[in-house]
Formats: sequence, structure tokens, C-alpha cells
Amino acid sequence: MVVLAGVSVIVFALVHLVPGDPVRLALGTRFSQETYDALRERSGLDQPLVQQFVSWLGSALTGDLGVSFRSGDTVASLIGERLPATITLAFASILVALAIAVPLGTISALRPRSLVDRVATVFSQFGISVPEFWMSIVLILVFAGTLGWLPSGGYVPLTEDPAGWLQRLILPAVVTGVVSGSVITRFVRSSVLEALGADHVRTAQAKGLSSRQVFTGHVLRNALLPLVTVTGVQLAYLLSGVVVVEIVFSWPGLGQLALQSVQARDYPVLQGAILLFAVVFLVINLVVDLLYTAIDPRIRR
Amino acid sequence: MTAEVGAPVSLRPATPRWRETLGLLAHNPTAAVSALLLLALVLVAIFDETLAPQGPNEVDVAARLESPSGAHPFGTDDLGRDILSRVVLGTGVSLRVGFLAVGIALLIGTGIGLLAGFYGRWIDDALMRLMDMLFAFPAVLLAIAVLAVRGTGWGNTALAIGIVYIPVFARVTRASVLGVREEVYVRASRSVGASDWRLLTRHVLPNAAPPIIVQTSISLAFAVLAEAALSFLGLGTQPPDPSWGLMLAEGRGFIDLAWWLAFFPGMAIFLTVLCFNLLGDGLRDVLDPKQRTLMAGGGR
Repeated sequence: MVVLAGVSVIVFALVHLVPGDPVRLALGTRFSQETYDALRERSGLDQPLVQQFVSWLGSALTGDLGVSFRSGDTVASLIGERLPATITLAFASILVALAIAVPLGTISALRPRSLVDRVATVFSQFGISVPEFWMSIVLILVFAGTLGWLPSGGYVPLTEDPAGWLQRLILPAVVTGVVSGSVITRFVRSSVLEALGADHVRTAQAKGLSSRQVFTGHVLRNALLPLVTVTGVQLAYLLSGVVVVEIVFSWPGLGQLALQSVQARDYPVLQGAILLFAVVFLVINLVVDLLYTAIDPRIRR
Repeated sequence: MTAEVGAPVSLRPATPRWRETLGLLAHNPTAAVSALLLLALVLVAIFDETLAPQGPNEVDVAARLESPSGAHPFGTDDLGRDILSRVVLGTGVSLRVGFLAVGIALLIGTGIGLLAGFYGRWIDDALMRLMDMLFAFPAVLLAIAVLAVRGTGWGNTALAIGIVYIPVFARVTRASVLGVREEVYVRASRSVGASDWRLLTRHVLPNAAPPIIVQTSISLAFAVLAEAALSFLGLGTQPPDPSWGLMLAEGRGFIDLAWWLAFFPGMAIFLTVLCFNLLGDGLRDVLDPKQRTLMAGGGR
């Protein structure tokens, strides 16, 4: 709660430090002094900053994030429009990431120095180091250009065109999934290794449990905690809009909205978006903590 | 914590020995090769004007969009500029932004982490809550917002990326300081009346340094990546400076016609980032084998 309050102050301060007069920008080049004053007054920009902050925070608490300077739509509706695309991509990416990372990380921990382990190392180094936008461009060149299998970008809602939805989702989800997956692979590998070396695992083996029983009952469960944490961090990152990937694939998500609102000096939209990201981040942290207690009874005390 | 009576207790802190570290690093081939490549890269950045076959903005309309050849090993762009020269001259921009950004984060973040970890109590609470707030912002957006406030250009790009990484260094340093704060040599020094300043600079910081050094290498990787991303979005380095991210953005429009425009700058970013990451991994193996550094691979 303290963090959230602090975040809202920082958001507000940061956004109001942006140089440039948003009213001028919204009106274009030709306007009269009266229209200028009217819009300034209507947006509340003629009020002192502290008063602007109090009234913004007051309405934000009731879900009213204000009105966009540029389009005149409410910020809540603008964000609402972008949410489905962002949520779709975030969850698709996490699925891709986990589908790669969990098996790869586990097997490479169980068989250190094997071929799989080497593949996992190369994969995770690649994913961590590759610039996302470059990988996106190369994939577009290959799969949309040369092979012509997939469209190069855009978004259609699932309800309108399920096949088109999936086709457009694949490339961006693979790019972000590989990047997140490479991070998660490292965590899975090291946490499984750590769990394998623990005393209780040796005890379980000594008791004569089968290796499958030892693995599912003793190793996996202990390796799950770090996995939950890192997946939470990655999900928060993906939900806050992977700006660069959204731009390359013309994906109408929150990252794109935030970038546009910076360029257009659209304070209310930028404030709303950043506040939302901070809330998402804190909520995910909370969920991770709750999952902790569910997975590990020791933490409940 | 009590030391057993009669057990030899060294009052001399185990400061990291540089020669030893370098020796161990030399036995890690991947890290050693990465370190050499990075050294070469720094040299390229210093002698860029001598090494580049052409000026970054030398236009040759007769040789537009030429594919890689003997005269232009990486090809030419839509204005006939030599891509190899631009990649060479872009090295300095990337490294300068990277080092400056990490320098800012290292200086401020480590300072905050030292104070929070060493003094504890309300100082710790206050400083780390502040860091939590900064940490709750999505990294790229925080950088974008800073650039919106300060304006574009390479200096502001470095500042923006540096601010993003302050909480990372603060957390890593604090955790490391908590581990050494109660060590025998620190308590011994304190008991003989050493000042806080002396304790911090002579005993705590040197012994808390390994994870911070590892984090520095990894953060350099991300700083180079972030500079490229911000320049790609048009917010970082501005033309006519030849930044790798900017070249990629320009090359994107010609991807069907001339793949080399985007390919070579992308490769340069990838290899630089890879080297910093591999060096970071190697340093961790040598300096800090038990620790999992906070942001290993995170923060993207």
C-alpha cells in the first residue's frame, strides 16, 4: 500500500515534468485563445499541481482515470481496448516459455553435461542476449516473407477469426516466449539441481523410494518455489506490454499505447497505464506470496 | 556467532585478490574469450575512425543497397553508406551508453545498498521501500518516461537506463552487506574503535563486492540491449549518430530488399550482449559460486 501510494506520486510527478504543452499539441496549429483557455480549464491544467494530484488520485481510486487529451475518450476505455491483446500475448508467451523451460531445465539438471544440458545452456544464453526486435525482424523475414506461412503482424480478436487470431499470435508469442523461457530455464535448472542435492532427497532415496517417487514427491515440489517466483516476475513484465515487440508486430497492446501517449504528451493515458502496470506488478507479487504458502506449508507459520 | 576459543581467527579481511581472480578466470575458456572479445570491442571503439573504411555518413548514391562484397563486406544501405563502417562507429555509442548507465546505477545503487544493509532499522526500511517503488515500474517504460522528461540523445539514454538499474544494485549490495556485516573481522574492527567510514570502505565493501562485480557485467549486457531498444524506438541515440539500434530501425523498412541492413547491426548487438553475459557467468563461477545474483537474466 505504501509502495502503491509512492508509485502514484512518482507517476504524477514524472508525467508532469514532461516538457511540452499538451493543450497546444491537442489543438494543432490553428486555434483561438478562447478554445485554448477552455480546454485548459476543462482538463484542469490551470489548477495548482497539488490540487491536480489530489483530484486525479481521488478519481483514480474510484476507477475514473480521466480523459485522454488527444482523442477525448476516457482513459479507462482506451486501456480496456488494449487489454485483450496484451493479456492474450502475455499468457501465450508464458505458455511458450514454460513449455520450453520446464522440460529443458529439468532434464538438463537431471543429466548434467549431457547433450540436453548443452542445448539448454546455449538456448538460455541465446534467449537472454538476443535483441527481441532483431529476432522479430528475422522471424518476420523468414516466416512472413520468404516462406509466406504467417502474417507479418496485426491482431484480430479470437471471436472474429480464430484461425487468423492464432496465426498472428504465433510469431510475437514465440519471440517473447523464447526470451522469458531462457530466463526460466536457468532458474529451473539451478533449483532442480539444488533440490536434488538436499538431505531429504538422499533420505528418500535411502528409504528405497523409486526414482520417480523421489522426483515427483521431493525434488519437484521444492523446485517449484523458485519457478513460481520467476514465472511471476516474467508475467508481470509481459503484462506491462512488451513495447518493442508490440511495435514490430503492430500488436495493439498496452506497451504501444504507453509509447504513443509519451509521444503525444497525453498525460492522463500515460498516468493510467503506468499506474495499472504498478498495480499488476504488486498484485502478481501478492499472488506469488499466496502460492508460496500453498506449495510450502512451512511458510504458513 | 562465537568464535571458538583458541581457534585461529584471522582479523585480516579476505579481500578479493585480483591476480588470483584473473588466473581463475583464465581457466574458464568461455569467460576468457568473452573478456578478450570485449577488450577488442573497446579497442574498436577507441580507434573507430582509423578502423572504419568510410565515414559514417559518407553517401554514395551510385552504390545504394549493395549486397555484401569485397568493397563493402557488410553491404551498403539505402543512401549508399557503408554498413561495416557504421557498425564500427556504432560500437562507441553502445559502449559509452552502457558504461555510463551502469556507472550511474553502480554508484548510486551500491551506495544506497551499503547504507541500508549496514545501518539497518529505519534507514534500511526507508531506502528499500523507495527502491521497491522504483522497481515496481516496468523497466522499458520507466526509461521511456525519463527520456520523455529529459529529451533524447545518448547522455539522457544512459541516465534513463542507469535509473532503471539503481534498485537492482541496491538490492544486490544490501543482501551482500547483510552477509558480511556480522563477520568476525568487522566486529573486531569495530571493537577497536574503527569509524563507520573505515568499516564500510575497508572491510564491508571489499568483502561484499563479488556479487556486485557479477551484477555489473550482467547489467552491462542489459544496458547495451536497452540502448539498442530505445534507439530502435526512436527515443535513444538520434541520427546522424550511428547507433546499432537506430540502424536496425532504418533497416527494418528494407528487410525484403536488403536483409544485410538489419542483420549486421543486430548481430553486433547480440554478440556484445552475449559476451557481457558470458563474462558475468564466468565471474560468478569464480567470485561468487554460491550466490544466484538477483537479476540473473531478469529485468528484460
